[in-house]
Amino acid sequence: MAAPVSPARPPDRFRTVAGTVAAAAPATLVVIVLVLLQQAAPAMRTFGFGFLTGIDWNPVTSSFGALPAVFGTVATSFIALAIAMPVGVAVAVALAEQGQARIRGVIGTGIELLAAIPSVVYGVWALYVLAPWSLQHLETPISDRLGAISFLAGPATQTSLFTASLVLAVMILPTLSAVSRDVIRAVPRGLKENAVALGATWWETTWRVVLPSARAGIFGAVILALGRALGETIAVTMVIGNRYEIPHSIFYPAYTLASVIANEFTEATGPIYPAALVELGLVLILVTLTVNVIALLLVRSAAARAAI
Amino acid sequence: MNRNLTRGVANGAWGGVVYVLTLVALVPLALVLWFTISKGWPAVTHLEFFTNVERPVGIPGAGVAHAITGTLLMVGIASLGAVPIGILGGIFLAEYPGSRWAEIARLASDVLVGTPSIAVGLFAYALFVAPFHHFSGLAGSGALAVLMLPIVVRTTESAVRLIPGGLRESGLALGLARWRVSLQLVLPAAAPGVITGALLSVARASGETAPLLFTGFGNPFLSFDPTQPLAALPLTVYKFALTPYPSLQQQAWGAALVLVALVLVINLASRYVLRRQIRLAGQL
Repeated sequence: MAAPVSPARPPDRFRTVAGTVAAAAPATLVVIVLVLLQQAAPAMRTFGFGFLTGIDWNPVTSSFGALPAVFGTVATSFIALAIAMPVGVAVAVALAEQGQARIRGVIGTGIELLAAIPSVVYGVWALYVLAPWSLQHLETPISDRLGAISFLAGPATQTSLFTASLVLAVMILPTLSAVSRDVIRAVPRGLKENAVALGATWWETTWRVVLPSARAGIFGAVILALGRALGETIAVTMVIGNRYEIPHSIFYPAYTLASVIANEFTEATGPIYPAALVELGLVLILVTLTVNVIALLLVRSAAARAAI
Repeated sequence: MNRNLTRGVANGAWGGVVYVLTLVALVPLALVLWFTISKGWPAVTHLEFFTNVERPVGIPGAGVAHAITGTLLMVGIASLGAVPIGILGGIFLAEYPGSRWAEIARLASDVLVGTPSIAVGLFAYALFVAPFHHFSGLAGSGALAVLMLPIVVRTTESAVRLIPGGLRESGLALGLARWRVSLQLVLPAAAPGVITGALLSVARASGETAPLLFTGFGNPFLSFDPTQPLAALPLTVYKFALTPYPSLQQQAWGAALVLVALVLVINLASRYVLRRQIRLAGQL
């Protein structure tokens, strides 16, 4: 009855089992990269580093280079960021304020639903509604007036780098504003109260105190949104125009890494062609992985600093 | 005096800018919903849209029954894999939060959420399609499971974390084993939040197109065999939207409406469940 209580606890087997299962995410990530490396190997052996700087994409002569697709991916993502950033940060500032919880709740829900709408639905909408509208009311007027600037030259086309950037801007807005809102909320109350006590207006508090101290975290949110934009596939594929070249103007058709894969992979034959497409995927995933890890570390350290 | 006036005006003006930009952010949501409903509505008001499969251009009575069953089948199979694994992984992250391993797993999950879905499609192709020499619904499920896993992990973690430590301590004080405390005490208390996470991952997977392009591939006929190619709603939208035929474009809008309705209903429902959970956890 009075068995002596053993001082040593038995080993926590649950911890071992659950910890092993939790390895699924890191393991998947590693396996994805390894599988893509292995699949891309034929193309990597054939082209070496020249693949990244080549501008050709010719399945007939088996001559493949990634530069136009890399350019398209990077250009659409950065234009999208430039459009979405002011709006996203404004939304974050508005949502992070206290009071009128009901209105803020409705706006917050709306922004999150924006994130829930499937990519392909944005694609259909962009193709049939946004692209014609943007051609008539944005692209043509801008290229008519500012066409002398080379990268704004016309004649604008309905499916273009710019149209793709517009859709991307809408699609990354929820990420940008939700993460920025959390970062802004994490700014210590005391800082704000000090500014208000010194007689600063709401705007002065926001612009000179809150936003600067949330700067690192907002930067993290921006990079996180950049990661989303780089990898977005279907909506972009539907409106970018699918032309494999570096466009002279943002109003011309272009191509992105993800779009090339989406359009060509099921039709690719031979030993090199599919491998070249997988190598595009490899470039894409390595870039987004790097961008995401940097962004997450930034957001986390910002949150951790706020907690102190 | 004058200076204070400028400051006041600047304050009001910038406040206005912030709120106007916030409203601007909601404009796309309204536009997407409006066009999807108004253009998709004429398609979905025919009952055949939900009972028939696709038909060649010019033949009336086309539907998306095959795409709906295909989506349900592929997402269902993906859930069988991703949800249990994700829940157990999430419990680990919440119950042993400090360990180095948990840090790595957490970061990896967050990175996996941001992994381009097209790359996941390539991965699933290499693993589940190439060795068997044909596309299949199972390969599609494999790709979708990879996308669902990190969502389930992270939402489960935050739901389990909401449960106060007192519950665990009382369980341990009564002599329950650690796994009983986690699985039979804490997990049921966190169930609404965990279910929310599973639902959100289902919503996300239902809307994915890119990973299915070369795994599930699409199928013009009604099929319940996951070892063969399967149709899916997003694939139907994508395929038909890019055709020049108004009747097919109409079906694309119709399928998009079904998809949006599905995804938004799941989202709003899970949001409601989650809010209740947070209220209940506060009372615990």
